[in-house]
Amino acid sequence: MKNSIGREIPEEIINGRALYGGEFALNEEVAKAAPKVKPVKPNESKLLNSIEEAIIKTGLKDGMTISFHHHFREGDYVLNMVVDAIAKLGIKNLTLASSSLSNVHRPLIEHIKNGVITKITTSGLRGGLAEEISNGLMEEPVIIRSHGGRARAIEAGDIKIDVAFLGASSSDEYGNASGSRGTANCGSLGYAKIDAEYADKVVIITDCLVDFPNMPASILQNNVDYVVKVDKIGNPSGIASGATRYTKNPKELLIAEYASKAIVESGYFKDGFSFQTGTGGASLAVSRFLRDEMIKKGIKASFALGGITKPMVEMYEEGLIKNIFDVQDFDLDAVASIGKNPRHYEIDSSFYTNPHNKGCIANKLDVVVLSALEVDTDFNVNVMTGSDGVLRGASGGHCDTAACAKLTIIVTPLVRGRIPCIVDSVNTVITPGESIDIVVTELGIAINPRRADLIERFKDVDIPAYTIEELRKKAESIVGIPDKIEYDDKVVAIVEYRDGSIIDVVRKVK
Amino acid sequence: MKVIDKSLAGTLESSDIQIILMPAENGGIEIELKSSVEKQFGRQIRKIITETLGKLQIENVKVIAVDNGALDCTIRARVECAAYRACGIKEKYDWEVID
Repeated sequence: MKNSIGREIPEEIINGRALYGGEFALNEEVAKAAPKVKPVKPNESKLLNSIEEAIIKTGLKDGMTISFHHHFREGDYVLNMVVDAIAKLGIKNLTLASSSLSNVHRPLIEHIKNGVITKITTSGLRGGLAEEISNGLMEEPVIIRSHGGRARAIEAGDIKIDVAFLGASSSDEYGNASGSRGTANCGSLGYAKIDAEYADKVVIITDCLVDFPNMPASILQNNVDYVVKVDKIGNPSGIASGATRYTKNPKELLIAEYASKAIVESGYFKDGFSFQTGTGGASLAVSRFLRDEMIKKGIKASFALGGITKPMVEMYEEGLIKNIFDVQDFDLDAVASIGKNPRHYEIDSSFYTNPHNKGCIANKLDVVVLSALEVDTDFNVNVMTGSDGVLRGASGGHCDTAACAKLTIIVTPLVRGRIPCIVDSVNTVITPGESIDIVVTELGIAINPRRADLIERFKDVDIPAYTIEELRKKAESIVGIPDKIEYDDKVVAIVEYRDGSIIDVVRKVK
Repeated sequence: MKVIDKSLAGTLESSDIQIILMPAENGGIEIELKSSVEKQFGRQIRKIITETLGKLQIENVKVIAVDNGALDCTIRARVECAAYRACGIKEKYDWEVID
């Protein structure tokens, strides 16, 4: 059956689930799930000697669901360490509900082959694990969820976490845990907070045990069952990069300049506006151009949102941004800022962009700048699969913020090497075209025809403007027409839209 | 033209293609291609290499091509350069042969 954007979803995959039918089509009242709690009495100790002991104490059994966060990114040691220990204990058939997975989680391949992990839900899949899954490693398709979609699924009980194993940069023996004050710091623990609130059992894993009370804490003691101290939770250089550098790539700078100009002329650029920029080269550079415009015009932003990087922190410290809402930090400047700047707030993923709560902060977002691997002539965006059809990306907050923001801008080069980025039909839809307002390339912009108001407004603006079809043709005239990727019928991943409906599937590559 | 020697043109940089030509043992054009865009453009790259060699009237050659997303114009230029080198031609190039 086809969903509302014409994506073919096999019947056996639908299996009673909703098909995507529009950004806010599913908007019914929801009941929140609640975790089971085993009360902790005074004088009981939560501190355990090893991960093995924690696994045994939590009562983890075959068929249960375990969760992790991805704040340690490519530097994460926690997930592999825990799953290794689970495998040694002979527990099998687990569902892995990590907030995201990356290259460093390659050892999962063996645990999938051995039947320790049989189902996965995640935002991202990269590297060797992603390739193996694309080649049909798993029997059950992976469920790709956005950051807001994962928060929704946990609150709704679609993901029922039996045991959350949450790495923390520091913790006290009673479970007050933080992404700061340790040796391997990640700053915000925004994606872990929701797991701590909704999992039946919560284990904090840290390499830096500090004196009680470890305050302010991201995860509070009243949600924590056990604390384990290990030698190392991660490699600091893989967790947060040094200072995020501005791109020097002239193509990216031109894209950023056009994007910034588009924001300035959009009508949303006024005192008290709010914005989010992604972490791609062009996306990051937009903030530098915006900064200059803000100073020139005397405009201050009410808040910046998202994954936080140095440019946003600098603008906060210059007084150009009044508040930062931070679900995760990408560099050491952002990590340092959350500890010292009073209006740099840590938020959880539900507050960030869960569509089914009573109003996430993304609902208040004016402008978001996002990257893309591919955009098609319906403005659908792919950030999940490469042009060869193989999984290599992350859904992230893409479809969430795109749906919420008043102005959603996609920055992408027209071509990457020989790969066209504006195409007839994207390999995988993560964000539907109806959420996208302007696509910016190094040649100029294309405004979504759904936004007649913007087309009218940009008539006299000095940025080269094309239709999306014209941009597609220009890309094709440079690189030629690629052969279509051949897929098997087997579905290797289901892409859930933020509201839980199925927006697309990823098939096994031939 | 006749390939008399082994030759090389191009680099392994992105958006380039490295072409190695050598005399063929069995006759005909034999292409060994490694490409970062094999699935999408492998067929097209082979076609351009074969066409370009055809225009230069090279019939017996082994081609080892390592592609990192080169455009057609780049592929033609690298093949042409490698061909003249392999055929020992160092002057009086026929610039008109490829349009």
